[in-house]
Amino acid sequence: MQESLLAYRRMRYLWAAGALAAAAILAYALHRPPEPPNGGTWLGYTLGGIAAALVLLLGAFSIRKRAYASTLGSVRGWLSAHVYLGLALLVVMTLHAGFQFGWNVHTLAYALACVVVASGIVGVWFYLRYPEQMSRNRAGETREQMLAELADLDRLCAKQAAALGGEFPDVIVSARDRAALGGSAWAILAGRDRSRVVLPGAHGGGHAQPNAGQSRLVDWLGHELAGSTDGERTRLIHELMALVNTRRGLLERLRRDAQIRGWLDAWLYVHVPATCALLAALAAHVLVVFLYW
Amino acid sequence: MNAGHHRIAIVGAGPGGLSAAAHAARLGVDHVLLEASAAHAHTIQRYQKGKHVMAEPPVLPLRADLPFEAGTRETVLERWRAGLDATGANVRYGAQVTAIAKDGAAFRLSLRDGGSVTADHVVFAIGMQGNLRQLEVPGADLPCVQYQLDDPDEYRGEVIVVVGAGDAAIENAVALAANNEVAIVNRIDEFARVKDGNLKLILKSIESGRIGCWYRSGVAAVERAEAGAARPYVLVLNTAEGEARIACDRIIARIGAIPPRRFVESCGIAFPSADPMALPALSGRYESSVPGLYVIGALGGYPLIKQAMNQGYEVVEYILGRDLRPADHPLFEEKFAKLRFGLTVDDTLALIQERIPLYREVNPLQFREFMLGSAVHRPEAGAVIFRRNDYTDSFFTIVDGTVEIEIGEENPYRLKLGPGQFFGEMSLLSGRRRSATAYASAGCVLVESPRREVLKLINSIEAVRHHIDRHFVIRAIQTAFAPNASDEELEAVAARARVNDWKPGTVIFAEGDEADTLHLIRSGSVAVSRNIGGREIVTSYVAAGNYVGEMGLMGRTRRAATVRANVATETVSLSAADFDALLARNPELRQKVQALVRKRLAENARISAQPQTGDIVSFLMQQGLGEATDVLLIDESLCIGCDNCEKACAGTHDGTSRLDREAGPTYARLHVPTSCRHCEDPHCMTDCPPDAIRRAPNGEVYIRDNCIGCGNCERNCPYGVIQMAAAEKSGPKKAVKCDMCKDLSGGPACVRACPTGAAIRVGPESLMDLVARVER
Repeated sequence: MQESLLAYRRMRYLWAAGALAAAAILAYALHRPPEPPNGGTWLGYTLGGIAAALVLLLGAFSIRKRAYASTLGSVRGWLSAHVYLGLALLVVMTLHAGFQFGWNVHTLAYALACVVVASGIVGVWFYLRYPEQMSRNRAGETREQMLAELADLDRLCAKQAAALGGEFPDVIVSARDRAALGGSAWAILAGRDRSRVVLPGAHGGGHAQPNAGQSRLVDWLGHELAGSTDGERTRLIHELMALVNTRRGLLERLRRDAQIRGWLDAWLYVHVPATCALLAALAAHVLVVFLYW
Repeated sequence: MNAGHHRIAIVGAGPGGLSAAAHAARLGVDHVLLEASAAHAHTIQRYQKGKHVMAEPPVLPLRADLPFEAGTRETVLERWRAGLDATGANVRYGAQVTAIAKDGAAFRLSLRDGGSVTADHVVFAIGMQGNLRQLEVPGADLPCVQYQLDDPDEYRGEVIVVVGAGDAAIENAVALAANNEVAIVNRIDEFARVKDGNLKLILKSIESGRIGCWYRSGVAAVERAEAGAARPYVLVLNTAEGEARIACDRIIARIGAIPPRRFVESCGIAFPSADPMALPALSGRYESSVPGLYVIGALGGYPLIKQAMNQGYEVVEYILGRDLRPADHPLFEEKFAKLRFGLTVDDTLALIQERIPLYREVNPLQFREFMLGSAVHRPEAGAVIFRRNDYTDSFFTIVDGTVEIEIGEENPYRLKLGPGQFFGEMSLLSGRRRSATAYASAGCVLVESPRREVLKLINSIEAVRHHIDRHFVIRAIQTAFAPNASDEELEAVAARARVNDWKPGTVIFAEGDEADTLHLIRSGSVAVSRNIGGREIVTSYVAAGNYVGEMGLMGRTRRAATVRANVATETVSLSAADFDALLARNPELRQKVQALVRKRLAENARISAQPQTGDIVSFLMQQGLGEATDVLLIDESLCIGCDNCEKACAGTHDGTSRLDREAGPTYARLHVPTSCRHCEDPHCMTDCPPDAIRRAPNGEVYIRDNCIGCGNCERNCPYGVIQMAAAEKSGPKKAVKCDMCKDLSGGPACVRACPTGAAIRVGPESLMDLVARVER
């Protein structure tokens, strides 16, 4: 309902970045240097200067983001500009290079900039895509509230299992203890459920078995339910089944929440280090160019 | 000269008497301080344990040889005791004076133990507490009736009825309510003449049901209950609805004190009238009609501790024949200097009071106190005094020159006010933004009084309340319906208009009712709802300063919607006939109201088609937006959860974030984080002993550095947005809350730091627009 960062102020930075890219393309098209277009012509130097300035301006976003008392625009405006000018950088630096690539520090800087811009595009896509999903998945609850609810359900399940007696308490405890949330970065991002459960002898001989989506547990409960002939016991298992299903949904939501949060962060692990590398490569590129004037 | 003779005899060791004795001792003047009880400051000794003693009025400097500042009863008493010891004052405890008579050139003071003392001068500082007013009804002598409460923790699980509506009654009732079932009995239908903090405290307790209240009720009798009853006594009340019987364990009557007039009169001191509440006639130097007999403190009409202490000091100076101005004199001199009236302070005060009819019935002492808290201005011609939509809530009176009030937005009309008139009462009473812009003209002299001071005056002087209320109604009608009508033209309509109080959740009118009145919302806000498909759906929210009920009146139909108060709300209601008269005198108004009706009908149609909107409004009302002036909301469809808003808040406020982004409810992608709503009538300000919570002109409610860390505001905030935090690790904990970054030039840091635009701030004006956007 609020305008997104792309739509900020009627996309003023899209127009600015577009104008910059268009001007660069026009100049490149009209430019007739004696040699093939490259960074050494007057246009090459101009475009290189603009590109370097853009890199510094884009990098300044991370400073502005942390300067909380700053009155220099809003962070949102800065991010909107950051996104569009980052795209314009792609055009300007390509023209600056005059499409000449090789195995050298100059092309390294170019390649790193491409990685930074590409990861940024991915980041924007995540920013536009995930908040809505995250909000829907949370359904108005905070993570703490969901975890508290999970603890509540665990208690209720244990109580119900105790009332049923027999193998139920052990199974429920093992499903609780071996329910996996989090784990490696990859597991979180993939949203993989590595939960396990230990079922009694006939159902797997006391070994921990994969229990993704609590499906093994649900199967086992179904089996017990089918075999129950005692009305009271059937009712108790039914109730336990309902609890386990609620718990399953909650675990799913928690996992999905961690996954979304993970992706919202993960791209920065490419974007930020690549930016640092880019700044180093850019410095080397500039130094080398001026040394071998 | 015999051993029992002194130059000054001071009767009563309250704040005034103690201060007089200390000053006399320091000057080496021969004196004696006679105190009937066994310890100093008898009245304060009998305060509740740990009670916070206030040092009002804050601007008045203390002029005494004893220390005094706000603190607990114990600290105050201990510091006085130590101070008294240090000055070497001559105090006689257990010396109750029973008579004073002229004995030659001196006075003879007879004591209860048979002895006597003579003195050249006598200072009466016996206070008002001496003779507590007692119940005079059958059964008042039963053991369940008491007139004092020493330690409220003594009683648990009892049903206790507190009789009275003053500060003492309120404080007792609130303290007892922690462990007992408490009801309070009030003779009239409001709590007048009490401290602001106590007023809000008791109203809140009554509203929340913690304390029961019997308004317009008097005690008829106290009886023993029949054998076997759950409670041993019965309090019989005469109420407006007839007799009521309350089974109870205990009755605490705090019905004030009678000036110990008989005793004072027996000493020859004259009173100006037979009114039992009348104060003795005194000179400007506290001397009574009997030369040599002085009266200071509460008995002379100065009930505040600091005033009494200053007078104790001053009376000794006067007795010594020295010239001394009251302690507040330099404050007034400074205040009045810019007026260039060329008058003395006293003459200026008299002039202002004479010029402004509103203040004519205020007694000069009270007026002086009121003026002490007010500011005077001499604005340039054409200067803006306040602007429409400013959040200021002070009150202005015109001493000289004229002021022009610009009413209305599209076709502004300027209303001219002259000397003696007042303005600014709209925001004063509603807590909302200014509804008009005020411009000064040449030679204009104004008195600007803070809300707190004016409310105190309104609460204690009926004439002032009545006057301001009537004006409010006129101005409200003028602003809404008749911008070019004069006050005189509207006088009759205003006289017939009624001011109504609505508790939160009460129905002001219901769908299907006959439409006979129009309501102008003076404070609070209302929710408009309609029955759509058997379900009550909120269609709109209307804030103070607007009106509801016009639709039914225009069409002469039944009510098309139900209007309910969101929070405690006040409305001014106009009858259909009066509204018609207003419409008849202004053809433009009819068009304007018709346009509003069309707009509201369109809104209704839209909401009927999208019932979810109504749910969003309901949700936001539940989150306190009905009383909010500026609230942080988060659009969850954009929030990436980076917490940059919290980091920015902490980064600009000593490392403690005043908002919790994740906490708080969400509905339809709108998340209401735990963060200050900047309520119109802030709950947190209800009971702040050092008066540290203030409202800035932009509307933000903030806490000043003089916070004492008592935590009252944290408890009083219904939205949990105040926390106790220390600026430095080992520093004292103080209350912190959102101050809307009032000290940052760019506005709230949370919003400016949000990278995606998810964090937004919304006020009552933009609320419905936002809700409409959510739908899209």
